[in-house]
Amino acid sequence: MQSFIKKYYYGDIPDDVAGSTTVISKEINKDATWPLWEVFIRSKQGLDHKHAGSLHAADAQMAIENARDVYTRRNEGVSIWVVESKYIHSTNPDEAESFYEPAADKIYRHPTFYDLPDAVKHM
Amino acid sequence: MDLHDFPALFQQKIDSETKIEPLDWMPDAYRKTLIRQISQHAHSEVVGMLPEGNWISRAPSLKRKAILIAKVQDEAGHGLYLYSSCETLGTSREATINDLHSGKAKYSSIFNYPTLTWADMGAIGWLVDGAAILNQVMLCRTSYGPYARAMVRICKEESFHQRQGFDILYTLSKGTDEQKAMCQDAINRWWWPSLMMFGPKDSESNNTDQSMKWKIKRKTNDELRQQFVDMCAEQVKVLNMTLPDQELKWNTETQHYDFGEINWDEFWNVVKGNGPCNKERLDARRKAHDEGEWVREAAKAYAKKRAGKNKHIAA
Ligand SMILES: [Fe+2]
Ligand SMILES: [Fe+2]
Repeated sequence: MQSFIKKYYYGDIPDDVAGSTTVISKEINKDATWPLWEVFIRSKQGLDHKHAGSLHAADAQMAIENARDVYTRRNEGVSIWVVESKYIHSTNPDEAESFYEPAADKIYRHPTFYDLPDAVKHM
Repeated sequence: MDLHDFPALFQQKIDSETKIEPLDWMPDAYRKTLIRQISQHAHSEVVGMLPEGNWISRAPSLKRKAILIAKVQDEAGHGLYLYSSCETLGTSREATINDLHSGKAKYSSIFNYPTLTWADMGAIGWLVDGAAILNQVMLCRTSYGPYARAMVRICKEESFHQRQGFDILYTLSKGTDEQKAMCQDAINRWWWPSLMMFGPKDSESNNTDQSMKWKIKRKTNDELRQQFVDMCAEQVKVLNMTLPDQELKWNTETQHYDFGEINWDEFWNVVKGNGPCNKERLDARRKAHDEGEWVREAAKAYAKKRAGKNKHIAA
């Protein structure tokens, strides 16, 4: 832990003052670990699926059932998608500026660019 | 500013209330602080199921039993949301859980106190969930995106927890003399540990206040604690009960309640593993995890076998 973080808050007891509980380390059994899945939920008909969170499951069927149990306990969804997290590809935030740059100077793509006479109502 | 001055860019984002997302650059210490805090928070949700689980089979009615099961199930979900957001910082779930079971990682000390009577279910909902909610409402605005989103989800679910607790106490407070005594006794036992939940006093801490600067936290321990005392001092009147503090009284000048000194020796003792139930809680977690190992293995083997079969059909 970096030493300049001296202050701690609820739910945050730093290692150096956490005391001397006996540490019993255990090997992680790789055969008993499940892959990570991302969960997407459609909250009602007519709306897009939206990212809700993630969970671990042995396969897609179990991922869907677990997603139901944790993310839709209060009728938050009518449809669930799951996809194994390793299949998600993403843009790199460090390159965001140049990546989205082509859109920056095309203000004529926005309706506000056009100054029409007041006589033209509702367009 | 240099385009590649990452620390400065990072702080600029924080200052302008732009959330930090998993793939963004962040200082090492920010990442480490978050991992420690979020995992301690996750462990608290999970261990927090144990004291209440103790009363599921002994709830006084089917209605109370169903409510308690729903509440405990919510806490399991909270643990999951938090473990997931911790994983976005590059830790593995297994390692995080291993740190709890090995005794390396901490969880909220409040769960190292025993639940002796049914009234404790009421006191936990009202006081322990109540204290947790104040902290979690603040964390909905924390600077790390996945943590903040988990908190929003959790806060939505928490509101019934505190209400059902108060409802248990309120019912007892209208009951027989014995039930009233049971209600007061539970409040007496849970009050001080609940105040300790907010952590050490602000004056105990160093002036370098990195967590606030990074907006991981937005209120100090003492601010949250005062908010809690003010809230409970009023609500306890509805129960016709008292809080076990002779020094508790309204201060017209500060417009807050003054309250007595917390027993900090007890606080550190429980943090360091010497609370009434520290050993019992960890043993219960380890046992559950170890006894579930064959299930996790079997499910994985079954998934593998089924995947192989599907491939065969497709070919
Ligand atoms: Fe919770
Ligand atoms: Fe709760």
